[in-house]
Amino acid sequence: MERKMQYLLLIYENEAEAAKRGETGMKEMMTEYRTFTQSIIQAGQFKAGDALQPTSTATTVRVRSGKTLTTDGPFAETREQLGGYYLIEAKNLDEAIAIAARVPSAKLGSIEVRPVMVFG
Amino acid sequence: VTTGSGSTDDNNVERVFRQEAGRVLATLIRLVGDFELAEEALQEAFAAAIEQWPAAGLPANARAWLVNVGRHKAIDRLRRQILFREKQRDLAVEAAIARQPAAPDEEADTFGDDMLRLIFSCCHPALNVEARVALTLRAICGLTTEAVARAFLVAEETMAQRLVRAKRKIRDAGIPYETPAPDMLDERVEGVLAVIYLVFTEGYAVTSGAELMREELAREAIRLARLLDALLPGRADIEGLLALMLLHDARRKARTTLAGDIVLLEEQDRSLWDREQIAEGSGLVERALRAPGRPSSYSVQAAIAALHAQASHHKATDWRQIVGLYEVLLRLYPSPVVELNHAVAVSMVDGPGRALDLIDALAARGTLDGYHLLPAVRADLLRRLDRRAEAKDAYRTALALARLEPERRLLVRRLAELERARVNVSHGVGRKGVSSSRWVGPTGWS
Repeated sequence: MERKMQYLLLIYENEAEAAKRGETGMKEMMTEYRTFTQSIIQAGQFKAGDALQPTSTATTVRVRSGKTLTTDGPFAETREQLGGYYLIEAKNLDEAIAIAARVPSAKLGSIEVRPVMVFG
Repeated sequence: VTTGSGSTDDNNVERVFRQEAGRVLATLIRLVGDFELAEEALQEAFAAAIEQWPAAGLPANARAWLVNVGRHKAIDRLRRQILFREKQRDLAVEAAIARQPAAPDEEADTFGDDMLRLIFSCCHPALNVEARVALTLRAICGLTTEAVARAFLVAEETMAQRLVRAKRKIRDAGIPYETPAPDMLDERVEGVLAVIYLVFTEGYAVTSGAELMREELAREAIRLARLLDALLPGRADIEGLLALMLLHDARRKARTTLAGDIVLLEEQDRSLWDREQIAEGSGLVERALRAPGRPSSYSVQAAIAALHAQASHHKATDWRQIVGLYEVLLRLYPSPVVELNHAVAVSMVDGPGRALDLIDALAARGTLDGYHLLPAVRADLLRRLDRRAEAKDAYRTALALARLEPERRLLVRRLAELERARVNVSHGVGRKGVSSSRWVGPTGWS
């Protein structure tokens, strides 16, 4: 059964380490990302993708007993933080894994591959 | 497969099921594209066979019969679902199954390809290790859920849940039903071999409980490795693992007494060893080691096992070469357990004193804390050095950690021997060298 699946690639990296990379390091990374994104657009696998501002800019919202609780954070307690994502289309998990392995941050952090739920 | 004539009893049908379940399931999954649907279809095909074969006799090609009936059962099942729920997606799936060519004939090796795909799905790294082992035994070896549960000492319900979750993940995560792309193949084969070896070691020396060996699991592991070797011929890593398991398994009959007590390598009746299996294993090791590139860990371990198996008696063992092979293993695949085994081999070449130094250095690093064979080996070396009080302490430490009943009994026996030895010594009779145990091989007791 040939059906295309969608996967969300969640890019995790250690923010503190990433910040230490310096300007040349950042530039190199950006170039690598541009090349990678171009290649998956051309292969028809790209649906969406963005980089995120660091967790220091984040806000967490909860609603408990009808009351909205807004806090800062999450704090960088875990070793790696969510830094960006790609939404891709792939034939199966192996194809998604192969794409994830080419995400530039895979060499430094980790990429979580999550299938998108299909309803109906 | 049997021909149409002749009587068919339940045992016969049972045997065909056991033989064909894996292959039929593998092909059905390809045809219907869904693990659970294929499994249900397989069960229905078997039910139909139980009904029809006793009267009609076994079909000339039982495998093809089962695939064809299973395929129709799957279509029926989808049609019923469509009637109830009118699902657009099911309609499309049904049409797709109906378009597939009829079941492949037995001569075509599509059955082999399907089996290989199924093996890679079941051993996919996206599944947790327990799930990989359970799925492999259930789907490829055709063991019942109950048998798999029994083998791993969990409740049948727990195992059934584990299998359901694994199959859901295959479907929902889109784990492919395909032979991996060439650039992934090595890594994936390695993963499959790890599953097979886990099944084997669980069969060779279960981690806890009463029995030392579970013949069935060890046999299934060997069967799986043979199958994989036939499907991907000429791969040294597969040959190495098959050799390792054949060589270990060849000693099966000599490894325990009828009462289930451990017989150590040096005390084993070597006439009970399976010579044919040793010859096959030795041939495979030689081939695997001749292959270009760095040898797999399995191949080097198999070479060590081959040296043990080829020695006509314990004293004739080529310990020098075994030490050398452990050093190769340590260089290529460093591990504290290998260091432990290396030290045992060193004790046979340079004496227990030198080995004790190695063991104490290893113990000081703490990586093997809680592993019963570390104090057990230490105890043994101390005993051979005649340091009885320390030996007894070490045996007690080992006893507190060992969980397998036969291993515990051996340790108790050793302790008792030390008590008796004291009496003997007072009469001036040394017990040196009476039965110095050797812990050899990855599972410890060889």
